[in-house]
Amino acid sequence: MQLHCFSNPCREPPLPKWMDSPDSTQSGTDPISTLSLNRRAFLRCAASAGMAGSIQRLAQPIRAMPISAAADTEEDTRFVTEARFYEKLPNKKIKCKLCPRECKVGDRERGYCGVRENRAGTYYTLVHSRVCAAHIDPIEKKPFFHYLPGTLAFSLATAGCNVNCKFCQNWDISQARPEQVPADYLPPAKIAELAVQYRCPTIAYTYSEPVVFSEFLMDTADAAHEAGVRSIVVSNGYIQEKPLREAYGKMDAVKIDLKSFSESYYQKIVTGELKPVLDTLATLRNMGKWTEIVYLVVPTLNDSEQEFTGLARWVKANLGADVPVHFTQFHPDYLMKNLPITPVSTLDRARSIALAEGLHFVYVGNVPGHPAENTYCPQCGRMLVERAGFEIRQMLIRKGACPFCKQAIPGIWHA
Amino acid sequence: MRGKRPTSRRDFLRNCLAGAVGLSFPAASFPPEASSLPVLPMRSRVVVAHDPFLRGPQLQRVGSPGATHVAASVDSQRMLGLLDRALQTLIPAGDPVYPWSRIVRPGQLVGIKVNTLGGRGLSTNVQLVEAICERLQRAGIRPQDIVVWDRDTDELERAGFRFRTGWNQAQCFGTDRAGFEDELLEFGEVGSQLSRILTRRCDVLINVPVLKDHDGAGVSMALKNMYGVINNPNKYHPNGCDPFVADVNMLPAIRGRLRLHICDATAACFDGGPAFKPETSWQPNALIVSLDPVALDHIGWQMIERKREEKGLKTLAAEGRMPHYIATAADALHRLGTNNPRQIELIETRAT
Repeated sequence: MQLHCFSNPCREPPLPKWMDSPDSTQSGTDPISTLSLNRRAFLRCAASAGMAGSIQRLAQPIRAMPISAAADTEEDTRFVTEARFYEKLPNKKIKCKLCPRECKVGDRERGYCGVRENRAGTYYTLVHSRVCAAHIDPIEKKPFFHYLPGTLAFSLATAGCNVNCKFCQNWDISQARPEQVPADYLPPAKIAELAVQYRCPTIAYTYSEPVVFSEFLMDTADAAHEAGVRSIVVSNGYIQEKPLREAYGKMDAVKIDLKSFSESYYQKIVTGELKPVLDTLATLRNMGKWTEIVYLVVPTLNDSEQEFTGLARWVKANLGADVPVHFTQFHPDYLMKNLPITPVSTLDRARSIALAEGLHFVYVGNVPGHPAENTYCPQCGRMLVERAGFEIRQMLIRKGACPFCKQAIPGIWHA
Repeated sequence: MRGKRPTSRRDFLRNCLAGAVGLSFPAASFPPEASSLPVLPMRSRVVVAHDPFLRGPQLQRVGSPGATHVAASVDSQRMLGLLDRALQTLIPAGDPVYPWSRIVRPGQLVGIKVNTLGGRGLSTNVQLVEAICERLQRAGIRPQDIVVWDRDTDELERAGFRFRTGWNQAQCFGTDRAGFEDELLEFGEVGSQLSRILTRRCDVLINVPVLKDHDGAGVSMALKNMYGVINNPNKYHPNGCDPFVADVNMLPAIRGRLRLHICDATAACFDGGPAFKPETSWQPNALIVSLDPVALDHIGWQMIERKREEKGLKTLAAEGRMPHYIATAADALHRLGTNNPRQIELIETRAT
């Protein structure tokens, strides 16, 4: 596990151990440390390894299964706080009011997300300050293309998710219960302090599903704002309106994964619903939050012309033509290893359809070097932001406008 | 392939016939070590063994007037007798150890998967597990090769079990101490990681659930108890747990190890489960045993429905909680057993 810092490593203070993360899929390339061995050291290592192997053979491997010490994580009260969005029901049951699923949870049971537990009729979140992944990422990795480009985001996650996407890249944390993944205690004030220390203008709640750690997100956003650090969230948008307004109301920008434009896909592949996500997007628009949309294009499942057209028309009609839409490439993972990587031609087709429908900022993602990673002026067509992967090569936007034709380019371009 | 004899028309027909005959047997007839198992009768036998004196003479009503919950501990000797009666009816034998010798073999690692979600009031009975351990040892299993387990050690202790990992004694701990395998296993709608206790500490699994109502699934007995083996049971409660319960039981590492189901009906719950509520609990003082988890669940479900009727409650179907997963477990895709009453041989026996 390794924290990846994309800024100049020599100028940064050493990273604490808690920042190690189980999340490898989001973390880019592992740094490779080199170790030089002389002949004597090599022989010593080989002899030690041989002895260790012999000793192991003496043991009974099955019965020698390690038994860990008493797990202090589940009962660790530092992580447990009462949930904010639920109703009490008779017989010590509760109804969760955080996401549209509205789990009815009996005593000693958990909701679908696996991180909220009913204890004698009171509902608790088990993941407050329980950080299982922390990285310093370029903000382009979220992706946010119209929000403080070229800056770093202090990115973190807890375990848990309120859907179960069959293609999830981070399933090892998103589909796990909190006690099943290594995590450290990281309270909101400490996160804000670290973001300042590592010169990150934003904290990003990402990797798993921030909806399920809303209380932690809200407290952290408050602490961060006090420290002059902004908050952004990467979410599936599957949340009820009240918590959306309260929790994401504290965010400075929101990225929503719109996984498809069909209810059946949401039911079968995501285990969720489309309509609440569309409602979330419309509410965010009304709240005036800067919002970007990502659409993961999965071959044969959500890549029809009809779906791309429907999506583009809905976005233009309900959110406006200036909302950035990212069509990103699928890679086989989790429960969906039987499909190939999305062909770049499919992503190009999606982009062409969306542009033809009148959207102004349509990007292709997960294809480093693709020209559609760049931002172009919708008026004069000149390139304004040149990107290569997560790197900004040119940033020509000045005072929120195209320097060539003075067309306003929507976004938050400067801190 | 070189040297391979081409298949003649006669061979082809013979192979087809053999395949068809094989497929016509219930799926439960073909666990990996079929030779070590009792031969299943054509009908799935389910034994319900009662002992009205299981708790001895010290009965005492607690709670509000009219409460059905009776606080008295189970008599260990009578429990052993009840277990013997149940097993010797399931696998006819004069010797109480003989049925166990058909289930396990000396040298095997035996897991006893209990259910401890309901705390002391509605969890697998400790005396029952002690009786099972006693019979396993009489059948040649070393004590340290027995592990009594559930998902969480604290839950085990709340239910009255003691955490034990010492040498020369039956082990007792939860998956929280052992973790889950990294490998993701899939069947149907399910993708899960399995408890390392199952994969590394059990050659044979004896399933010891509790007879209870379940607000999501309808009922919870043998099949549903396997949710305690996987890392993500919270993902599989929608739609009355259907088809998820059946799919979980199809994971080869589970199906290949399950040998015997002993449903603890010493205390049971007819409404408001799976947590313990004294006002909706009763004490049938019984064990339900079978080699077929689907048949067992079907019979247990009917027992709960009868109790609900007696208490003036609606049927589970009328409440929209019919346990459809039992039928799914019996369908052509799963074939985990039978839910057809005509294929279930129900034997009730009562201790005197």
